[in-house]
Amino acid sequence: MGAYVIRRLSYGAVVVFGVLFLLFILFFAVTSPDDIARKALGERVPPAVVEQWKVNHGYDKPLFPAPGHWADNMLVEHYRRMLTFDFGRSDADDTPILERIRKGMGPSLALTIPLFVLSVLVAIPLSLLVAFFRETYIDRAGVILAVLAMSVSVLLYIIGAQYLVGKVLHWFPISGFDSDPRVIVRFLALPIMIGVANGLGGDIRFYRTVFLEESNTDYVRTARAKGCGEIRIMSRHVFRNSLIPLLTRIVVAIPFLFTGSLLLESFFGIPGLGAITVDAIQGNDFSVLRTMVYIGSLLFVVGQILTDLSYALVDPRVRLE
Amino acid sequence: MTALLQVAGLTTCFPMSQKNVPIVDALDFEVGRGEVLALVGESGSGKSMTALSLMRLVPKPGRITAGSVRLDGQELLDLSVRSMRSVRGSGVAMIFQEPMTSLNPVIRVGEQVVEAIRLHERVSRGAALDRCRELFEQVGIPDAAERVNAYPHQLSGGLKQRVMIAMALSARPRLLIADEPTTALDVTVQAQILRLLQELQEETGMSILLITHDLGIVNELADRVAVLYAGRIVETAPRTALFKTPKHPYTQGLLRSMPALAPSGERLPEIPGMVPSPSDWPLGCRFASRCARAMDQCSQSLPEFTDQGPRHTVACYAVSQADSQSGHGWAGGTPEGL
Repeated sequence: MGAYVIRRLSYGAVVVFGVLFLLFILFFAVTSPDDIARKALGERVPPAVVEQWKVNHGYDKPLFPAPGHWADNMLVEHYRRMLTFDFGRSDADDTPILERIRKGMGPSLALTIPLFVLSVLVAIPLSLLVAFFRETYIDRAGVILAVLAMSVSVLLYIIGAQYLVGKVLHWFPISGFDSDPRVIVRFLALPIMIGVANGLGGDIRFYRTVFLEESNTDYVRTARAKGCGEIRIMSRHVFRNSLIPLLTRIVVAIPFLFTGSLLLESFFGIPGLGAITVDAIQGNDFSVLRTMVYIGSLLFVVGQILTDLSYALVDPRVRLE
Repeated sequence: MTALLQVAGLTTCFPMSQKNVPIVDALDFEVGRGEVLALVGESGSGKSMTALSLMRLVPKPGRITAGSVRLDGQELLDLSVRSMRSVRGSGVAMIFQEPMTSLNPVIRVGEQVVEAIRLHERVSRGAALDRCRELFEQVGIPDAAERVNAYPHQLSGGLKQRVMIAMALSARPRLLIADEPTTALDVTVQAQILRLLQELQEETGMSILLITHDLGIVNELADRVAVLYAGRIVETAPRTALFKTPKHPYTQGLLRSMPALAPSGERLPEIPGMVPSPSDWPLGCRFASRCARAMDQCSQSLPEFTDQGPRHTVACYAVSQADSQSGHGWAGGTPEGL
């Protein structure tokens, strides 16, 4: 298994190197350091100020390696900084990026972990129920509700809930955040409920399909033929085999809990990594954006490896070699 | 003493293009105690659906619409879902065609047999596991003590089918339904499994309903044979009578097209045409369109069963008419030719 992990990590390294190269093309070659400087400073500043800004933010080297500066150029510098997690400062407000990430992770996780756990705990039993009543009106109603829930934009959930629960009923604050454990629930309840409701439709449809597929297999017929009851068949035979496709969807999402939720955080004023990313996009903060994309790619690689490892836990046919 | 299994008028329908089509159509047959009855037919003739109907495991949207299935005099079609569950496994057990997919891939095979035992008997896990090891030895699984811990993918096809048989025997069923038990196996393994079934039948005295399309297997194992064509039984006979004096034109065609029975060096005779699909089954005899001896009558109404010897019945107008004149000779091979 150790050898397997090392091999997978080296594949992952190739992916991350590729992502870094694309980032370089997008954020250095296509959008040159001069463009970035002018976005930060405004269009009408003297060239000398632009040059000084580039020096201060480490954008003052030639872009590509060439005779005379094989090692001393932006491309090499870009890889060096990213791989050593030396992310530098924000292009927009000069704060250290690593510091911001450290501060943003807490609020993000406070939102995403309960959201994730609740989603799984709600969606799986509901899908098992719908699959158990397959081809009855309960099943059909479940599918129709799921499709309806999927078809409504998350923005409507957010704005509707903020208006109804926040403004009219005053149950929860419309937005805001306080990490004090006594009040944090008040601020997170609404975004978490909206997140669960928003994901539920798609999750139920996916899990239901998986459960139904497993319900039609030969070994389920064998279990019936030996006298198994339907509940036992669902919980023991169908569920255990369904874990394999379920884990693909669930485990791969776990690393991304760190990056937070773009929409929920920015709408509810939660100062997490999702909100930081949205602010960076709106404020032309290229260095922050680069860093977030890079971290996303690292988490993606980790998620893939975790998923493959989890297969070995639930499927005896999978050997990690 | 009455037969162990008595099936009368069993009809199983599937909705197809707005109407209910009887895939299994008014079947009557019996399986005696300790008897091996072979249900023979081509693919699509309704063999497997008959087996699933007996277990009340017809997949949706199919449904048993009429008939009676009595096991030891008890009507199975009237049982509650719960009582039917206790009949499955202990009254009637079943083994399937595909040992590769019939076992749960993520549960150890011993555990799957233990589950079957404990569904019908209040015994501890340990006792059930001991019994599982005995069953594995009984069905000839080498290293039974270790094999209980194997996962299905670690066993060969033949061993998996032995596990299935052990599981089926675990609650001491009175009737074992074997649905094409050897079709998916290698030829050498097929013979072993057939011998095993025969030995187990003799040891336990259980009855077997053997479902197959292979007349060679019928000749090895069966006491009696029922021939199924397009959802209906066309002929029922003791094994030797069926091979020596088949009456129904379809049975005759089936026997003629067996490579082992055909004269060597000649083109194997075949039955012209195709089995009609369930949605266009004719009013009369379903074999009429392919039958060389078909008469006007055949396509208009269903022929009744007529006796052709001891426990030998045939549903065919041509046969019953020929009877009243003179015997229609059979010019085929004999089972000795196999």
